[in-house]
Amino acid sequence: MIEFKMPSLGADMDAGTLVEWLKKPGDAVKRGDIIAVVDTQKSAIEIEVFADGILDRLLVEPGQRVPVGTVMATIREPGDLADAGLPPKAVPSSASPPAAKSSAPVAPASAPLVAARGEPRATPAARRRAVELGVEIASVLPGPEGVIGLGEVEAAAGARAPAKPQRPGGISFDEMRKAIGAAMARSHREIPHYYVSSTLDVSPLMAWLEAENTRRPVPERLLYAAPLIRAVARALMDSPELNGHYVDGRYDPAEHVNLGIAVAMRGGGLIAPAILAAETLDLAAIMERLRDLVARVRGGRLRSSEMTAGTATITNLGEGTADSLMPLIYPPQVAIVGCGRIVERPWIVDGKIEAAKLMTVTVAGDHRISDGRRAAAFLMNLDKLLQSPETL
Amino acid sequence: MTGGRKITYREAVREALREALTRDERVFLMGEDVGRYGGAYACSMGLLAEFGEERVRDTPLSESGFVGAGIGAALGGMRPIVEIMTVNFSLLALDQIVNNAATLRHMSGGQLSVPLVIRMATGAGRQLAAQHSHSLECWYAHVPGLKVVAPATVADARGMLWTALCDPDPVVIFEHAALYNDESEVAAGGDLAVDIASAAVRRQGTDATLVTYGGSLKKSLAAAEVLAKDGISCEVVDLRSLRPLDDRTIMASVAKTHRAIVVDEGWRTGSLAAEIGTRTMEQAFFDLDAPVGRVCSAEVPIPYPKHLETAATPQVDGIVAAVRGALRR
Repeated sequence: MIEFKMPSLGADMDAGTLVEWLKKPGDAVKRGDIIAVVDTQKSAIEIEVFADGILDRLLVEPGQRVPVGTVMATIREPGDLADAGLPPKAVPSSASPPAAKSSAPVAPASAPLVAARGEPRATPAARRRAVELGVEIASVLPGPEGVIGLGEVEAAAGARAPAKPQRPGGISFDEMRKAIGAAMARSHREIPHYYVSSTLDVSPLMAWLEAENTRRPVPERLLYAAPLIRAVARALMDSPELNGHYVDGRYDPAEHVNLGIAVAMRGGGLIAPAILAAETLDLAAIMERLRDLVARVRGGRLRSSEMTAGTATITNLGEGTADSLMPLIYPPQVAIVGCGRIVERPWIVDGKIEAAKLMTVTVAGDHRISDGRRAAAFLMNLDKLLQSPETL
Repeated sequence: MTGGRKITYREAVREALREALTRDERVFLMGEDVGRYGGAYACSMGLLAEFGEERVRDTPLSESGFVGAGIGAALGGMRPIVEIMTVNFSLLALDQIVNNAATLRHMSGGQLSVPLVIRMATGAGRQLAAQHSHSLECWYAHVPGLKVVAPATVADARGMLWTALCDPDPVVIFEHAALYNDESEVAAGGDLAVDIASAAVRRQGTDATLVTYGGSLKKSLAAAEVLAKDGISCEVVDLRSLRPLDDRTIMASVAKTHRAIVVDEGWRTGSLAAEIGTRTMEQAFFDLDAPVGRVCSAEVPIPYPKHLETAATPQVDGIVAAVRGALRR
């Protein structure tokens, strides 16, 4: 049995808060797999495993803060027996307040300290402050003991509370909402949008992806967003009227595709940092950038170039959402590509009805630069690329 | 202030008694051993010689009897000060205090009042074991018709008695036995009377509020001092009046610090700490950044051995730990 412990992720780290488990008991894990996300108070960090085996038991709950070295999970090596029958190990846990550890006559942990799943454990003062600051409580990373207190809310809002330790980073959601509002109002006011959409058969893409992923080691596996981004980037290279900046009545087509990726923030807000020169990157590189971007969006650590250099944007609704969307262009860009979820629907192939995996892709273009025909050509090009995923 | 001077809490009580006996001829002191012996805690030493047997009266060992006599005297127009040795012994007089002193104004439709002051010692810390060491202030603070005060400082010991005597209704004064030797500056002269209705902020702070009273005040201040070295700033609220409670001062402090810890030498269950915690949640719920903490006595009769007595009652390290718990650091 291998013990998976809270790692030390820096000289100043003595404890970490588990944000989420990315694997569940029974899952096979390989050296290098990311199995957990841990918040070190500086940022959320993905934790890799250093052994092969079967994830046996999870000993720490999301939200719990535990000292470095605490056993967080056990991993069964080939040949080990399942440990399911044994009582759970005692784990140093901060679920009980430090006060209760003292021999002095202080309050025992009489209060229920485990909140209902999914419900953040935020103090009343923190909830009120979050409303005042326009912060979504669900977007705030819990502090010690898995509790969202005033300090955590104020750090998330970037507010400066005097004489209190500040957590670096964090994103102000009210500021973000203002920025989104200003940009979208301008977009809606100034840009004469047109919309063109097609429903694309992505069955070949998904079949290829499944086969490809079984071949790849787990850390290198791909999300369908990666080939999609690559195909959109390549199609945009052939559509200069959709890829560039329109500033002061003048349009500059871009040399590269700096593809903005719309990323939803936890609990609210949206941000679209760009993958620079996306058309030059292979799938592995795109996947790596994507993972990196999402992680840094959540940690509130994006580079300014990523925020300003985008030449077009893709917004991908993903699983369990809606079929299609009509996005607004992010100025000074001149196009945005909106991808609905992938759904299995009847589809006619060679005169026969088949079950196919479909995705509706909508292009919003700027009529000052191009017409719908241009976007339609882009969509046909994109479709062609997606039908041969192995060439991506 | 007309120039400070250092006196003990005991001397402050004695001065207050002397002042009352001097200022108002209706005032007299009675209780067990208050005369010839000078009081179980020597608070009335010398007063018998100074004011005579009519004004400083030794009583039989009969709490119910002499408290009842005090109520009668108050009804008859006198301003009696009744001393009971300890709160433990006062239970023998509960019937007189709760059923008569506290009720007569209400039962007479306002025709009668009982301007009685009852003083008693309370609390642990002197190895006097379970029959002399309990903190039952909250039993009295439960009863409408009584006012209950707990002077925690020398100045309050000096100034609360006269104000209590001026009150038309019964006032119970709790003197924590561990305070009598404490020394502090008070004004040399002038009117030293203080109000008996408000709480006092004894230390300003921003991170957590320690709400306390009586013998726990100095422990709370010591804990605040320890925490200050770690950059944790505690506000310390001395309740002073246990009935009525000065909610406004407590809530104003909690609104500022967002964390409250009640330090109360009473047992946790059904304690003043429980009452203050509940009021805080009723009135300041949305200000709270942590559950209201409590540092109370262990739920055992206060033990005789020193180390067990210490372990059973609130101490500085426990208060420090509770504050850290509320701050989650």
